[in-house]
Amino acid sequence: MIKLTRRSFSAMTLAAGAAAALPARAADPFKVGFVYVGPIGDHGWSYQHDQGRLAIEAEFGDKVETSYVESVPEGADAERVITQLARSGHKLIFTTSFGYMNPTAKVAKNFPDVMFEHATGFTRASNLATYAARFYEGRYVAGILAGHVSKTNKVGYIASIPIPEVIRGINAFTLSARKINPAIEVTPIWVNSWYDPGKEADSAKALIDQGADIILQHTDSPAPVQTAEERGVWSVGQASDMAKFGPKSHMTAIIDDWAPYYVERTRQAMAGSWTSGDIWGGFDTGMVKMGDYNSALPEAAVAEAKAAHDAISAGTLHPFTGPIKNQAGETVVADGATLDDGELLGMNWYVEGVNGKVPS
Amino acid sequence: MITLDRRPETSHIWLYATPLLAVFLTVLCGAILFAFLGFDPADALHAYFILPLADQYGLGELTVKATPLAMIAVGLALGFRANVWNIGAEGQLTLGAIFGGGLALAFYGQEGPLLLPAMLIGGMVGGALWAAIPAFLRTRFNANEILVSLMLTYVAGLLLSYLVTGPWKDPMGFGFPQTRLFGEGAILPILLDGTRMHIGFPLALVAVAAAWFIVSRSLFGFQIKVVGLTPPAAGYAGFSGRRIIWATLMIGGALAGLAGAIEVSGPIGQLTPSISPGYGFTAIIVAFLGRLHPVGILLAALLMALSYIGGETAQIELGLPVAVTGVFQGMLLFFLLASDVLVHFRVRFRLRGAGRAA
Repeated sequence: MIKLTRRSFSAMTLAAGAAAALPARAADPFKVGFVYVGPIGDHGWSYQHDQGRLAIEAEFGDKVETSYVESVPEGADAERVITQLARSGHKLIFTTSFGYMNPTAKVAKNFPDVMFEHATGFTRASNLATYAARFYEGRYVAGILAGHVSKTNKVGYIASIPIPEVIRGINAFTLSARKINPAIEVTPIWVNSWYDPGKEADSAKALIDQGADIILQHTDSPAPVQTAEERGVWSVGQASDMAKFGPKSHMTAIIDDWAPYYVERTRQAMAGSWTSGDIWGGFDTGMVKMGDYNSALPEAAVAEAKAAHDAISAGTLHPFTGPIKNQAGETVVADGATLDDGELLGMNWYVEGVNGKVPS
Repeated sequence: MITLDRRPETSHIWLYATPLLAVFLTVLCGAILFAFLGFDPADALHAYFILPLADQYGLGELTVKATPLAMIAVGLALGFRANVWNIGAEGQLTLGAIFGGGLALAFYGQEGPLLLPAMLIGGMVGGALWAAIPAFLRTRFNANEILVSLMLTYVAGLLLSYLVTGPWKDPMGFGFPQTRLFGEGAILPILLDGTRMHIGFPLALVAVAAAWFIVSRSLFGFQIKVVGLTPPAAGYAGFSGRRIIWATLMIGGALAGLAGAIEVSGPIGQLTPSISPGYGFTAIIVAFLGRLHPVGILLAALLMALSYIGGETAQIELGLPVAVTGVFQGMLLFFLLASDVLVHFRVRFRLRGAGRAA
């Protein structure tokens, strides 16, 4: 009899190996679901995750069926959306924002035979894996460019929500910028949202009015790049290449490329070899990439940025290698020492050169 | 030629028929929209309106989503009837969540049977206190309560952000801005196994019934109506406009605060920077969709909840864009407001100059 329940189907896959279950699967496409925090038209975070979804479709064709729900609020609604995906036969579900962590964990408990992947969180279970990218490596490279081109020595940084990932990015950027130009100061503005084009643009204007000639962003819309273009200052694209929103201002972009990971995890899930775990990929895995460098940038700056990229990728350079001083000027990482992943994951302090206090 | 004649008094039939007409026209135009987008209208409408209600889990979700909307909207409607425009229910909800959630955190690990009732009452107190600010400023300085209550929403959001990134942050949370998960004793009991329907829904029904009693059967309800329709008449009758402002804002704030406490102790189970997807604002639409009548509001809240959940289902099943949900809600409101014409006017069709031509 072909009609297997979902539970027995996956138990069979695990117990008897993939061969026994393959015929049943050929008839029924493997369903993969995605939950996005923004609209896929944000041209940033959610857009890049959707590119990963499309890569799954391109790779597996009619053997898979993918669905997504966009602009899902982080809160009571997320649990329902994730549950609906699990109930409607999706076997592998990617939830792509930190705020989905507890809802994903709750649903994972109720659906032990569905595989869950949560981006940027820390709660795991046997059917709940986590994955994130080392965006700070890209920030470090962007900082080198900033150190070369800033004339006012002021950098504005549009920050989203004060979580370690964002603070880490601010710090990595500041460290490399100040290695080139020790006079550089970085001023973050917290907009308390991942996607709010109006607030992002207003913050960019305020920072430029205060003298910033480079705008960094850890928010998902291209509004800051557009604002920087209008006002004639530099910017750095977030999550996807945003050069088309500011051809003159866009120095480069820190690009998230989820496609290889999504394709690989789907392949494993279909073959029954998927296991829970935690991935934190950077330049070396291709999960983080740099966009094209603006042709107006000084050659020396670009060469240095590329060298840093290659060194980080090869593992010979780590952005958080000492000496590193905190805002009070105390050395917190000794010369030659490097912060480990645990310290990076919980980072809640600024390095020297960042203005303001970590919101707390 | 079509002419509109003003009715001597509003049409009671149309008052109740227009919401149904608006829903019908929305569904009709929705079907046309789906067809233009390249989807089978029958499939899309099925995914939108039928599939979410096809099983017990779906019905449970409908109540989870409708609970805060109905609860807030019945409170706001009392004020709207009296021309008191509380636009800041979102902020009052946030304060309710902070008060209720704060109690859950304070008694973490030592939850007793009294904690949940205390959290719910705390939520009402928090919401009412937040609404007391615009009430005070309006009655004392004649400050516009629309602006004050709206602006306080942002203050409330920042206060919540401050608490969850600062003093109330989960010590085991790797620095992420959220509190620890509440203990089991601070979570609202589930009414139906296998669903998320919690005790908040019956509480919302109680709020609806109480509001109905106030509106239809109490002197206070009558005063609200008179103050709203003709303030001078209320003055002659000796009704205190000031008292009505205070009472409606406090009731609205308390119900919004209760909704906030219910959200965090129910489906969310902790405090996070974003606890409400704008329930306080959507409730304004719900209040008008329900004609400011408590029973109408309950139905409107269920319909609005269905439009959200249906939108998600349509995305999952058919890949319809999320923007369609917004278009749908917009059409619903548009048709409802447009059909108000039928309540106040009589439509006549006449052949222009028919007599002369003959």
